[in-house]
Amino acid sequence: MTALTAGRGPRFARGGALLRAREVGIGVVLLAVFGVTTLHNHHFANANSVQQLLSGAALIAMLGVGETLVIVTRNVDLSVGSVVGLSAYIVGDLFSHHHGMPVILGFVVGIAVGAVIGAVNGFITAALRVPSLVVTLAMLYIIRGIDGLVVNGVIIVPSSIPNAYVAIGFRTFLGIPWLALIAAAVVAIVAYAMRSFRSGRDLYAIGSNPEAAALAGVPTARRVFSAFVISGALAGLAGALFLALHAEVDVTAGTGYELLVVAAVVVGGVAIFGGNGTVVGAALGALLLNTINQALVASRVSAFWNEAIAGALLLLAIAFDRWLSLRVARRLRSAEGAHRDI
Amino acid sequence: MSEDSEGVPRLTLDQAAKAFGAVQALADASIELFPGEAHALVGENGAGKSTLVKILAGVYQPDSGTLAIDGQPVILNGPNAAREAGISIIYQEPTLFPDLTVAENIFMGRQPLRAGRRIDRPAMNRSAGEIFTRLGVALDPQRIARGLSVADQQIVEIAKALSSNSNVLVMDEPTAALTTVEVERLFEVIRALRREGAAVLFISHRLEEVFASCQRVTIMRDGHFVRSAPVEDITMDEIIRSMVGRDLDMLYPKTAAVVGEVVLEVDQLSREGVLYDISFSVRRGEIVALAGLVGAGRSEVARAIFGIDRRSAGVVTVRGKVLSNGSPLASMAAGVALVPEDRRQQGLVMDLGIDRNVALASLGQLSRFGLISRTRERDLAATWASRLQLKFGRLKNAVSTLSGGNQQKVVLGKWLARDPSLLIIDEPTRGIDVGTKAEVHRILDGLVADGLGVLMISSELPEVLGMADRILVMREGRITAELSRDEADEDSVMRAATGQLKGTAA
Repeated sequence: MTALTAGRGPRFARGGALLRAREVGIGVVLLAVFGVTTLHNHHFANANSVQQLLSGAALIAMLGVGETLVIVTRNVDLSVGSVVGLSAYIVGDLFSHHHGMPVILGFVVGIAVGAVIGAVNGFITAALRVPSLVVTLAMLYIIRGIDGLVVNGVIIVPSSIPNAYVAIGFRTFLGIPWLALIAAAVVAIVAYAMRSFRSGRDLYAIGSNPEAAALAGVPTARRVFSAFVISGALAGLAGALFLALHAEVDVTAGTGYELLVVAAVVVGGVAIFGGNGTVVGAALGALLLNTINQALVASRVSAFWNEAIAGALLLLAIAFDRWLSLRVARRLRSAEGAHRDI
Repeated sequence: MSEDSEGVPRLTLDQAAKAFGAVQALADASIELFPGEAHALVGENGAGKSTLVKILAGVYQPDSGTLAIDGQPVILNGPNAAREAGISIIYQEPTLFPDLTVAENIFMGRQPLRAGRRIDRPAMNRSAGEIFTRLGVALDPQRIARGLSVADQQIVEIAKALSSNSNVLVMDEPTAALTTVEVERLFEVIRALRREGAAVLFISHRLEEVFASCQRVTIMRDGHFVRSAPVEDITMDEIIRSMVGRDLDMLYPKTAAVVGEVVLEVDQLSREGVLYDISFSVRRGEIVALAGLVGAGRSEVARAIFGIDRRSAGVVTVRGKVLSNGSPLASMAAGVALVPEDRRQQGLVMDLGIDRNVALASLGQLSRFGLISRTRERDLAATWASRLQLKFGRLKNAVSTLSGGNQQKVVLGKWLARDPSLLIIDEPTRGIDVGTKAEVHRILDGLVADGLGVLMISSELPEVLGMADRILVMREGRITAELSRDEADEDSVMRAATGQLKGTAA
């Protein structure tokens, strides 16, 4: 009897251990990329360059947090890139017409714009049961179109943005850019919530086995809806910060972010079929992609290589995950066979 | 059992009915569960037991009929409502979250909380550990559920039900995948729960278990309530007769066929961690059955022979030709046909018509210069539809519109159209109504009479005993007994399947 159940799980199969290994792995690759690039170009490690690196990664990381919430439930949100653009433009437009508007209101509006779009995505996906890939792809194009109409060739220029607002984009605290601190705070809060609240665990349950989640009484539709709303709200916040960082918005703002974010999330160890992954991993994935991006620039490699390398990294991450899970399955199988022989 | 609650059932389901489209899964189901009593629900597959369980679970709402708890009518509009009413369910198929830990699986949605509504993980792991101690098993609560054996998954399911302290416990075939020791331990737990006044509904195919551990039995057939009685007032024969509702000979029309040359020879077949040293042969004109519990490796044998899973060792020979490893195409060319267990997922393309489905395995013969002839496709389907007495509207109707039994005939037709010499059929009559079941059996009997060799896998013991010429019993990836039609009975097969061999060496 004891032979059947006792001391079964190989240690690596314990909860979370696999993920922690993944996060450490990304950290190591990150340091390696950073170190090698610095050897080639000493300027890469100076404060200014690192600050730029962190600010750029902060936006993708924030989008990655929202995307992780959605992907963990076996859905995907492709509309985030265009939400960034729309939110950045609307906030910028508000500031240029109402110059005295309080800075905080800019964020509130940005978040609200994103949350509304997220709610539409979430409603169609969760209540009408339309695959989120289709819903958010359609939303991506719809918002791009609206964006074009609203912007109508008008470009938001730095002079129309209050200085206090633009300052958020370049201010630092103890040498760390505010943007990176804001992103880190978002990552920390969501990571804690995903781990410690029932609603957070529900998201994993939904992605891991939807039928079992329904049988366990998990309010599946409500949770999926919330995940989309949060993803939208974070994209809206990222848009508001995009405005602060660049102080300039045109119709192309945020173009292509959606795929960059999905890539960062998957590289960060979030299972594309749901149920597994952490926002910390996703944020590290974003940092890694952005670091490689900047490293190539610093090493004077043609910009065309950027996307090719991001793609290769994505394939590598997915292949690695697959290989790992096959290996775990095989080990578990022979471990089981071994003690049946007893 | 408290004296005053005697007489008032804890749970009463009265004349519940439930239909799915045209299929009436439940017609009038009634059952009364008393506190402190274990109540067995028996019936053949398709009798409506699982539908009844889903109604008690709050997953399905009955079309008509009433449900009362402690005499008060209730409406269970979801799993949470059922749980709040004190009902917990152990499902036949484990419903686990592979990515989450064992403890999280047990407490999903009900995790113990600490200040600020945060999950108290240490408390959760501790509680899970306590339940495992009570069950007498050593499972690590912090292990992820992926990779657990079927028996361990079932234990997690049981732990899930125990953790909610409910006073109605429904178990849908909980023992199917457990070893004898684990079953005994489960019954120990059931006894303890009964002493605490819980009502237990126990669904099982093993009638000995019913007599050993239940006080009352309810029999269902084709969605109808047949009979309910205390176990002292009923015999096993009466139960079986009420379950089947007709003569067993009608259901299993097996005639002795002329046994010819060897069609399939399996020698020392192994698959690492799954199958060990499987050797047997199948001859023309005989039905060889693979029996055993869920997870014993029966379907895996079929998959390894057909080439869906790679064999790590061993040789499979069909009509003297060695089959190449891991190649279903080679197996098909050698004359092997496989009717899989899961018709809807693996046997059919549900949205395609009957004609297209029948033709799927024979497209090579039906096409000229790479183009499929629709006329020949229809002719082929028409031929097999009439030979198998398929009940259908038009040949181009999607197979999803057919009943389970007729779907199975389409799968059979698809393979028989290739004129195979060996037919492997996994759970030939799962989810098929009793009438069509007998028809499928008659078809199988006719096929062996025509000289086909059949390897049949079945979880239904009466089917195995009724149809097979020889029975190979499997347990944990090995063949533990080979029984002839005369030697085999319910007892000898179950003994070999659960590992209580009494002189019947492998």
